[in-house]
Amino acid sequence: MSLKKISKDQPEKFEFNDRNIELAKKMINNYPEGKQQSAVMSLLYLAQRQNNNWIPLAAMKYIAKFLNMPYIKVYEVATFYSMYNLSPVGKFFYQVCTTTPCMLRGAYKLVDVCKKKISNKENEISSDGNSSWMEVECLGACINAPMIQINDEYYEDLDEKKLENIIEETMKGKTPKPGSYKGRVNSEPENNRTTLVGIKNA
Amino acid sequence: MLKLKVNDKDIEIEEGLTVLQACEQAGVEIPRFCYHEKLSIAGNCRMCLVEMEKSPKPIASCAMPAVDGMNIKTNTPMVEKARKGVMEFLLANHPLDCPVCDQGGECDLQDQSMYYGIDKSRFKENKRFVPEKYMGPLIKTQMTRCIHCTRCVRFATEVAGIPELGAIGRGEDMQITTYLEKAMESELSGNVIDLCPVGALTSKPYVFEARPWELKKTETIDVMDAVGSNIRVDTYGWEVKRVLPRINEEINEEWISDKTRYACDGLKSQRLDHPLKKINNEFKKISWKEAYEIIAEKIKITSSDKIAGFVGDLTNMETMFVTKEFFEKTIKSKNLEARDDNTYINTEERTNYLFNSQINGIEETDFILLVGANPRLEATMLNARIRKNYVANKTEIYSIGDVGDQTYPYKKLPAETKIIREIYENKSEISKKILDSKKPLVIIGKSALNSKSGKFIFENIKKFLIENKKITDEWNPFNILSVNASSVGSYDLNLVNNDENLTLKKLQENDFEIVFLIGQDNLKFKKKDEFVVYIGSHGDNGAEIADVILPGATYTEQDGFFTNLEGKLQKAYRASFPPGEAKEDYKILNELSELLKRKKLFQNKDEITNNLLNYLDLNKKKTQSIKFSSVDYIDEKIIINPIDYYYSNVIARASKTMSECRNIKTDIKKTGTEG
Repeated sequence: MSLKKISKDQPEKFEFNDRNIELAKKMINNYPEGKQQSAVMSLLYLAQRQNNNWIPLAAMKYIAKFLNMPYIKVYEVATFYSMYNLSPVGKFFYQVCTTTPCMLRGAYKLVDVCKKKISNKENEISSDGNSSWMEVECLGACINAPMIQINDEYYEDLDEKKLENIIEETMKGKTPKPGSYKGRVNSEPENNRTTLVGIKNA
Repeated sequence: MLKLKVNDKDIEIEEGLTVLQACEQAGVEIPRFCYHEKLSIAGNCRMCLVEMEKSPKPIASCAMPAVDGMNIKTNTPMVEKARKGVMEFLLANHPLDCPVCDQGGECDLQDQSMYYGIDKSRFKENKRFVPEKYMGPLIKTQMTRCIHCTRCVRFATEVAGIPELGAIGRGEDMQITTYLEKAMESELSGNVIDLCPVGALTSKPYVFEARPWELKKTETIDVMDAVGSNIRVDTYGWEVKRVLPRINEEINEEWISDKTRYACDGLKSQRLDHPLKKINNEFKKISWKEAYEIIAEKIKITSSDKIAGFVGDLTNMETMFVTKEFFEKTIKSKNLEARDDNTYINTEERTNYLFNSQINGIEETDFILLVGANPRLEATMLNARIRKNYVANKTEIYSIGDVGDQTYPYKKLPAETKIIREIYENKSEISKKILDSKKPLVIIGKSALNSKSGKFIFENIKKFLIENKKITDEWNPFNILSVNASSVGSYDLNLVNNDENLTLKKLQENDFEIVFLIGQDNLKFKKKDEFVVYIGSHGDNGAEIADVILPGATYTEQDGFFTNLEGKLQKAYRASFPPGEAKEDYKILNELSELLKRKKLFQNKDEITNNLLNYLDLNKKKTQSIKFSSVDYIDEKIIINPIDYYYSNVIARASKTMSECRNIKTDIKKTGTEG
């Protein structure tokens, strides 16, 4: 992972909408008085949600003023955590896990598919403006490796073919079905359960 | 007291110290990069690892509190191996550009890798590259060299009070930067260069100028403000290459302001190096003898009360003393003045014009009232102390008049004399706060003393403090914030005529025939037929209107005493010598006197110094009974004078670096970018 690039095209203004102002105030109230700065991460998340999944600089300034803290402190937090996007991402934002278990199960083949189908470079929005992809560290679904995350959903047990299908579906603007693409439920063994077979809800 | 062992040696230390400090007290040196006595503890460089009994791992001594019964070892194979390991990691990404690095020769990383490191690297991969950052005209960055100690970040946030520096990204990609790479807006920014243990932050004006071992070092005193920071001047030949701070816990701790550090390139430009005479609005070179003769003849045909002298802001006390003797004994004139405006000064008592609480005392105070003072720009190092107190104690600070950002929050009161009246009549909440406070601090600044009501403000605040028994032997809350290096010295030498500065008034009415400007460039007057003699170092406002120019020396080119705003007498030492034909200031009037009276005022420098010190001793003893002159109340607004920080004296005005800083500051104001 290299240092995140900050987008050159920045909106001039950012303000929380009414709903987010309310949520932000709620977040600040979670912390004792005078420690309102602790809410910075939640507020950055709200800003990212509100602004098409990325945080513009104006939002950082806005949050710094909102929490009465120096801009640079907000900036530090936003650049530290990899899940804050500092430049625009596609409407369908692919995060391809390439940490060891996924890598062993062929994650880099998925990366190649993304390169071919979405955009040649990481963090580059596809020509139709609909999607972008990036490599990420472990997303915690190793048992169903290889996997990708698209926006809020996990897509597991993939191979090149399946990913291509998923991408084609998103290109049509549809959200594909999340979960395992081998048809297993949660993280159960590959050829059906071998233990606790008698219990229905296990 | 805690008892612990360091390398099998028993020591006793106070509670609340860290292991590193304990080791230092035991006389054991511990290598470190991120730890600094004046900053908070970060513990991120890991260089200070030591072995502690019963701990399976080495501990970071800078962050570990010392506890009773600890057994610390710093000379075991484990510690040696740990240091080597840390060193190897630090050097993994550090470029091998010591031959072209300005820090070379005074670099912590270089020194410590010689002592504690290993001689080869096992790192075969590509080294990291970090793009350079822009941090303004004073700081050059080479961020590839950065070892992420975060000293600069902590300094900017804690001491300078400008949280503009930060560490973005993480891990190998961590970078130190200002917010979106704008110039640091602090008068203390230069200190991050001294703090940086490597060559990541170096001085921009000093780039590739010299190597530290080639420079001659002279320990001396700064004259850019009245604080009298202790500095070290590094010279190469006659050229002053750079100015560095010297530790003096009572005055500047170990920081200096940017003006002190960077105005030194003004010592090289705009210099007067030859006596000059104005003929038909053009300056012609003349010899010293001719110059003296021209002046002597003029003096002989002029009555003594038509001769006036003004002493400047950077003049040392020897020169002022010679000037005083010259005016009193040689030409017998009383028109000698050290102020360039109508600042009210009462020289009856020494405490009337000193910063009586002392700079160290600021740390003890529990309430601060600024009266028309802007300490951030008028006395930067003093302001750093106020901030230090604020950070430690969250002290309540009030200011009469809006004096802009002071790096700490303060409550603003309207700048009106009405407020002063309310305070001394005990009607205001401020008076109650002063009375409730154990060690209050009232700082009266130039803007207040300069206004028409200066006398009113001064006398009544003093009266209020004395009548309420706030001035005691232990604590004197009454402080005057002098602005110029020569101010307190000139008051000690009684170079102040009267409350209203009649000499200046007369000058503005063109009442004099001969005017001596001894390093005085800040006078506001229109020249008519006066014969102006300028004695000074730089071709500035004073030289422009002069008829005869006698070139003098600057503070780095002559030995001389300065009294700082607390009344401490400090000596500035000669580091270089005046250019061309220029002479040390004290010689000039002495020699002129020889021509007029056939006798020098003083035979040599020692005689001046002895006489000066005697005079000061007598003056110190002079104390008068406390009395107040009643002053009429005028309802007026106190005008807070804007301060042109980077252009406040001739040296700063001649300095390119200071001009750049000034331009950036005005540009920022123009575009309205929030700071």
